[in-house]
Amino acid sequence: MAAAIECGAAPNTSENNMSVKKALSVASPLTLRIVAECPVTKARVCDLILPHCTVNTPVFMPVGTQGTLKGITVHQLEALGCQICLGNTYHLGMRPGPDLIEKANGLHGFMNWKRNLLTDSGGFQMVSLVELSEVTEEGVKFKSPYDGKEILLSPEKSISIQNSLGSDIMMQLDDVVSSTVTGPRVEEAMHRSIRWLDRCIVANKNPHKQNLFAIIQGGLNSELRKACLDEMTKRDVPGFAIGGLSGGEEKDDFWRMVTLSTDHLPREKPRYLMGVGYAVDLVVCVALGCDMFDCVFPTRTARFGSALVPWGSLQVKQKQYAKDFQPIDPDCQCPTCKRHSRAYLHALFKSDTAAMHHITIHNISYQLTLMRSVRQSIMEGRFPEFIQAFMKRMFPSRDQYPSWAVDALASVNITLQ
Amino acid sequence: MAGGRMQLELSRVVQGRSRLGVLKGLGRTGQHSLEVPGCLLYTHFGTVPHLTQDTLHTLRNLPSVTQVTLSNIAEHQEVLEEFKDGFRKFAGLHDTVLYCSLHDPAALCPTGYTTNKTVSVWGSGGRIELTVAKFMALQKTVQPDWYQSMADGETWQNSTSRKRVRKSVDRTLAHLDECLLVHQKSQELDGVEVFGVVEGGDILEERVRSARETAKRPVAGFCLDGLQTGSMDQRLRTQLITAVNKELPEDKPRLLQGIGRPDEVLACVEAGVDLFESFFPFQVTERGCALCFSFDISLDPERAVLEQSEEKDAAGDIKQNGDLNHDDQTQMTSFEINLKDKRYQDDFKPLVEGCGCYCCKNHQRAYLHHLLVTNELLAGVLLMIHNTSHYQGFFSALREALAEDKLDLLKTRVLRAGAQQTERDEQDG
Repeated sequence: MAAAIECGAAPNTSENNMSVKKALSVASPLTLRIVAECPVTKARVCDLILPHCTVNTPVFMPVGTQGTLKGITVHQLEALGCQICLGNTYHLGMRPGPDLIEKANGLHGFMNWKRNLLTDSGGFQMVSLVELSEVTEEGVKFKSPYDGKEILLSPEKSISIQNSLGSDIMMQLDDVVSSTVTGPRVEEAMHRSIRWLDRCIVANKNPHKQNLFAIIQGGLNSELRKACLDEMTKRDVPGFAIGGLSGGEEKDDFWRMVTLSTDHLPREKPRYLMGVGYAVDLVVCVALGCDMFDCVFPTRTARFGSALVPWGSLQVKQKQYAKDFQPIDPDCQCPTCKRHSRAYLHALFKSDTAAMHHITIHNISYQLTLMRSVRQSIMEGRFPEFIQAFMKRMFPSRDQYPSWAVDALASVNITLQ
Repeated sequence: MAGGRMQLELSRVVQGRSRLGVLKGLGRTGQHSLEVPGCLLYTHFGTVPHLTQDTLHTLRNLPSVTQVTLSNIAEHQEVLEEFKDGFRKFAGLHDTVLYCSLHDPAALCPTGYTTNKTVSVWGSGGRIELTVAKFMALQKTVQPDWYQSMADGETWQNSTSRKRVRKSVDRTLAHLDECLLVHQKSQELDGVEVFGVVEGGDILEERVRSARETAKRPVAGFCLDGLQTGSMDQRLRTQLITAVNKELPEDKPRLLQGIGRPDEVLACVEAGVDLFESFFPFQVTERGCALCFSFDISLDPERAVLEQSEEKDAAGDIKQNGDLNHDDQTQMTSFEINLKDKRYQDDFKPLVEGCGCYCCKNHQRAYLHHLLVTNELLAGVLLMIHNTSHYQGFFSALREALAEDKLDLLKTRVLRAGAQQTERDEQDG
């Protein structure tokens, strides 16, 4: 059943506990408390204690790239129960720039977000903006799309910007290669990422306030992944991310790399699977042992009128919803579903941008609620049942279950019915 | 006329023209009221632009009357007919009075499509032609608490001939009579109020004629239309409104369409207007600007001078080329600051010091600047909140000034920023 384990618990005197807690909080701005572990799969429930507040995992982290979450105020985000969200170093480093954000009391002060922030290093933009970038041992050279100037994003520069942003979790600058690339470039990137990790650790000015996570690379090659895991886990970082996946790779390869990674990552540190956000992927990867997730998909797709629901998605802008007077999801408790119908939202898309905001709120609510339900089911020892019900709801029939998901879950003792 | 309960209770009439009071008996149950002079809550299809319920309700002093327009609604007639329960319920609007106008005051329509029997509105899919029959069918489907009758107001262009103006008056009266006929026979519109629309372009005699004739009909109040062009001098506008109001019963409200700039609002209140549409904050928002003009007359004169010179410095560097293009309603006014301007990049003050709105309590100019520069949706949300709040504050101050006989003081305060800006323009020439 659920086993409650306090990470680093000292012998049982309250004095000892107090001094351990104190020592921990001085030494590290991150404490992971494992609250429950699923006896069937590799899933865990944790409380991740960070400087601004505790984050309950498994957690989905919405992405607010430019210091804002696409039309949603920080109060709305808070009201939805969000405890941590993302900002992006590349974008914010360009506009408005680290100096200004420092003047504004960090990204927290600038956007007035009182809970936790995680910043990506800018590494992913190397892949997504590959036309504009060139990688050397020094760092990544970008040509700014705004003024054509060349910028060098080195491990030191990335960490310096993130120090100015003041995020609770910072990501190392990694040498990111698209998951569809094969050959020696993948190995080169993996080794370089290790060297860059070390440079990032040295460069971190605020190790007592800001947590630096390593990012495991190695593409879709088990040996490279394993080598990376072996090396990076030797470094004393507060958490690990699984990177280089969620690109365009085959899902069959994807899950194998995820589970390989969680097999070799320390139990008592959080595991962050980057760029994963589709509901099925989230549920499966929680079963494979991941704690934290981020993805632009829910918020991006909202702006196109796509609402996420337990049975897939609903394209509100489609004609069939023009006269549909139900809410998006009759069971959903979000502000949008409590007040508005599909028909109203469908029509509103023709008149005002607020239509997008309604869907964004719904989608964030959907994601956070999904994670809360997952967490609850693990704590109550019924995660396997939850997975069965989830899949049943999501797919019209058993033969439509994605085979990669079936395989992945089978690998952690779940036979989908 | 099927009994509506709308009643205007005036508490003061200043200098024979500016009126202060309350419009009571609004809504189906007659329990809502709206202070006058006041404005309606401008929406797109029932939604205040950019805002959802949570963000909307950070605002304290919202008008009790929500305005929707047929230009947004007409294309959804079929859906509403199937829904059956009226627009208010369809839009998830709860406790509010619903007013339905013909056009969206912030969106200029193409001209040349109006006929003797029809007017046109432009929806997202293009032009929709309305006969009185269709217009009234829409009203029966929308089920507002109050609406303006169908009108031909296409007289705002400079080149409008006298003949055309006369036609607009004739047609509008004919439309009104037809609307009222249908209204009186419609059970669905029992208790709903109708406003007649006064037209007449810029021709005094036509304005008077339109007003006199409209006043003879059993309407609950009057919309003043066709005065919204930027090319109309405020003096002329005042003259026309004054003449119109002379013909209208004192105890019925006057709603001026399409005018929202603070200086024009003040002038029109002085000419006897009671109600305005609140689309101006939206226009300011769309150009990335924030309303900042002061309407605080409690400040002592010395501090007032200091603040004026601060505002002057702030506004001074904003280049406005030569002649202000009055026709362009999208052009920035002197009542606002342009947050895209580089000077706000590291300005950590709120939009307006002392403003209690959500935006000013939680965010700084530098952040708004960043949101605008990076094209982020949140900019619109925050600016709409602030601009709406500021505008409502202005109307509140206006009512207070009327109550305390301090309208001149308010005018000086509000207009001084504008005057200084014009001076600068003349200097820069």
